[in-house]
Amino acid sequence: MPSGFPTTLLLEQLLNGLQLGLMLFLLASGLTLVLGIMDVVNLAHGSLYMLGAYFAATLARVTGSFWAGVALAVLATAVAGVLLEVSVLRQVYARDHLTQVLATFALILVFNEGVRMVWGPQALLLPVPQELARPLPLLPGLGYSAYRLFLIGVGAALAALLFLLIHRTRLGMWVRAGASNRAMAQALGVPIRRVFTVVFGVSAGLCAVAGGLLGPILAVQVGMGEEILILAFVVIVIGGIGSVKGALVGALLVGIVDTAGRALLPPLFLRLLSPEMASNLGPAVASLLIYLLMAAVLFLRPQGLFPVRT
Amino acid sequence: MGNRALFRMVAALAVLVALPAGAQPRTVRIGFVSTLSGGGAALGQDVLDGFNLALRHLGNRLGGLPVEVLVADDQQNPDVARTAVERMLRRDRVDFVTGIIFSNVLLAVGDLVFGSQTFYISPNAGPSEYAGEQCNFYFLNVAWQNDNMHEAMGHYAQLKRYETAFILAPNYPAGRDALTGFKRYYRGRVIGELYTRLGQLDYSVEIAQIRAARPSAVYAFYPGAMGVNFIKQYVEAGLLQQIPLLLPGFSADADVIRAVGRPMVGVFNSSHWALELFNAINRRFVEDFRRTYNRIPTLYASQGYDAALALDHGLRAVGGDLTRKAEFRRAILSGFETTRGRIRFSKNGYPIQNYYLRQVVETSNGEIVNRLRGTIFRNHGDAYVSRCRLP
Amino acid sequence: MRTRPFLVPEARRIPVTMPQGVGVGVRLAAAGILLVGFPVLAEAFGGRFYLNLVTRAMILGLACSGLNLVLGYGGLVSFGHATYFGLGAYTVAVLAREGVRAAWVVWPAGILVAAFAALLIGAMCLRTRGLHFIMITLAFAQMVYYGMVSLKQYGGQDGLRAPRTDFGFPLGDVALYYLTLLLLAACLGILWRVVHARFGRALQAIRDNEARAVAVGFSPYPFQLVAFVLSGALTGLGGILMAHHAQYVSPAMLSWQQSGAFLLMVILGGVGRFWGGVVGAAAMVALEEVFHAATIHWQLPLGLVLLVVVLLAPRGLAGLVEGRPR
Repeated sequence: MPSGFPTTLLLEQLLNGLQLGLMLFLLASGLTLVLGIMDVVNLAHGSLYMLGAYFAATLARVTGSFWAGVALAVLATAVAGVLLEVSVLRQVYARDHLTQVLATFALILVFNEGVRMVWGPQALLLPVPQELARPLPLLPGLGYSAYRLFLIGVGAALAALLFLLIHRTRLGMWVRAGASNRAMAQALGVPIRRVFTVVFGVSAGLCAVAGGLLGPILAVQVGMGEEILILAFVVIVIGGIGSVKGALVGALLVGIVDTAGRALLPPLFLRLLSPEMASNLGPAVASLLIYLLMAAVLFLRPQGLFPVRT
Repeated sequence: MGNRALFRMVAALAVLVALPAGAQPRTVRIGFVSTLSGGGAALGQDVLDGFNLALRHLGNRLGGLPVEVLVADDQQNPDVARTAVERMLRRDRVDFVTGIIFSNVLLAVGDLVFGSQTFYISPNAGPSEYAGEQCNFYFLNVAWQNDNMHEAMGHYAQLKRYETAFILAPNYPAGRDALTGFKRYYRGRVIGELYTRLGQLDYSVEIAQIRAARPSAVYAFYPGAMGVNFIKQYVEAGLLQQIPLLLPGFSADADVIRAVGRPMVGVFNSSHWALELFNAINRRFVEDFRRTYNRIPTLYASQGYDAALALDHGLRAVGGDLTRKAEFRRAILSGFETTRGRIRFSKNGYPIQNYYLRQVVETSNGEIVNRLRGTIFRNHGDAYVSRCRLP
Repeated sequence: MRTRPFLVPEARRIPVTMPQGVGVGVRLAAAGILLVGFPVLAEAFGGRFYLNLVTRAMILGLACSGLNLVLGYGGLVSFGHATYFGLGAYTVAVLAREGVRAAWVVWPAGILVAAFAALLIGAMCLRTRGLHFIMITLAFAQMVYYGMVSLKQYGGQDGLRAPRTDFGFPLGDVALYYLTLLLLAACLGILWRVVHARFGRALQAIRDNEARAVAVGFSPYPFQLVAFVLSGALTGLGGILMAHHAQYVSPAMLSWQQSGAFLLMVILGGVGRFWGGVVGAAAMVALEEVFHAATIHWQLPLGLVLLVVVLLAPRGLAGLVEGRPR
């Protein structure tokens, strides 16, 4: 790339960052609500994402349609989430965060092994739907993947829907009340228990949307949930725990910073340093960029960008 | 607990510990440590299934001796692997260790295995360390040296006279070795060389850079789940039709094809083994593997199968006498029949064998498999053997 | 501010006095005799493996006890203690690679490296609280991890050989066992003194109610920072021992999975329980050993057992061993 960065490439990388960010948002929004409102640290969030992807792959094969597969998987995972909430998580609401960490870590082990015993260790097939398996010409010289554009669309639409749900409905009002002061909300007659179950079901459903939609571009495999879970935690801490707006901003920041780091740093280092050092340092710095971002945000605003609790 | 109960327990324990020593006839104990959970689990399972299939074909005997296999999961973690290997060596007194998938895991336990004068038969990991200065009497590899597949693909890219290449791999020693191996035989211009984070999920950034750089060919080394991610996204970006993607065999075998599907048709890759290699052992292996496990075998499975064949051959040569270690090693080094036909070995314990070109095709009955397209290297060894000081 | 500190509620009410009664002293003495005599027993039963397994459990117990100082007594959930563990271990391997193997140089160097890292990281992280503290300690741990992975000359992802340091005599497995036992006992002794001294009481007062502690005249920051550094140093010592035990170091020792494993062990053993780290590490090693040896589907039974422990033993396993407080 002799002439620096052409604008089309820059635009493409921006779209990539946007797409990564919006998918992270789907995971992070559920996580931030569960943590903010229910005050539960749910490490098994990543397992629900994995479960969503496995359901989507299986149901897409059975029904012969990607769309039916994902839709059914969202329902199935939401049901699984509700069952999980009722059977296990309710037992640990009253307990401290660390006990919840241990309990939900145990759930990760059970889920991972369960999935492996049912589906085997090999990655599953979940192909890109035919109608989106081609590039769309956005600009002359820039054909961007139709499927990734679709992911951006779905992510943006779901973000808008969540905002409406939270700011324009009764359930949303309860959710906001629960997030800022649970005891007060309960005293004012919010049916907190039912709200919890619904929130958990919705968050599981969002996990399945992410899992099902990312399935065609990521390996549907045991262990897919853990790496992405850490990213989701980074997102909600940057955004402020309990804030859906924060989750959106945090997710976009993480997506764009990570993408920009991988796109811009290696060529930059190549100009400043010897090729040997650049090829060594480039990937390392690009990998830890999002953690630097998180540390910087927390240093300046210890409660995250959009603190909810007062 | 009463004294009597305690005494009984200790006595029972003592009997339990003493039992194997007195048991007749002598069984061969194999310690099989492999990655059986997490993202690399599919590879470990394949090697294990291949190994078990060979044992079944050999009537559960190796060199005439009954076999006992102890299996443990290393979780792709060197520390966990170490404990498992130690348990097998010190408590279970295994006679051989095998099974490890990843080089970094093997490097962490190698000294322990060699130090207890136990042979390690590698069905996969082939680090350059054990090929060169740190080569060891107790190390035998029935698969390949890590660089081999990449050298083969580099040679192929050179034969095809691709003017420019864009190459990428994860940022870890095996990834760097892979690209070094490719460049060892490719003489064209490398216009892009990227190292990505180990375990990276999203490759859109790298793929955009490839698109902008317009190389004549792309070479990518991504094992396991990373490979599935990269190839899915490369295909999805529509690049496969524009720029040929060259892969090492383990990024384009049945496990990856299963996860990516039809879009992979047309991809070229290098391998030391192929489904339709024409020999009786391979035909039996492929047919029975498909029947038993209901899936197409991968090269990993063939390596697991060959590891058992190596043990059988070596033990047969020493008449089941496990103390004749030098003869055991010499017998294996001089060569034996495998799923790849007869192969022999260098003094560092790594194979000298052919490397083939394969292409992913769709068969008339709709199956997507690798087809043999030619031979890239004949009797190819590794680049490090001259630094090995073993006789 | 979050209304709820990230902490075990029971721990706030637990007094740090040793449980009363004759039973405890006897139990402690019995455990000591058992541990001192264990190598003889292990040799008799042909089990060099079990000797090393117990060494490993004690090393992890030491590292976890270090973590428990900040986690249990300080109320600070560090999700980055693998950093100090790994740095201690890497000091051994890196110095050996550079030709330095004298124990009297390597050991203090490893502890100093870990303590210095804890000082730097703690100084920055202690500005935050709760979940934010967890994530920022993770952030720094990840930075160290990726930094170490990129150091090609020290093995990168492959790790590095770590020959045992030179004491002037060959350090065999049995000697390492006794060295570990000695250091574990010494460190637990130091920890016992620390948590019962004015310093430890202040630390717990800050944990229980920071505003009140400030009102009484304690400034939380220096107390927490000193505890964090001491904790990092102890975990670093654990890392040095682990390098001697495994004779190999790898970036997995610095990974977030390792940090998580330490947290889980302490939670399993009992947060803020004096014996929590040791009991948790021993239990985890034993559980893994049993299930790993029994089945390749070890995750399922381990997960179920952990769930049962959570539901039935709210104070961790040490809570069962120590009995009810008061």
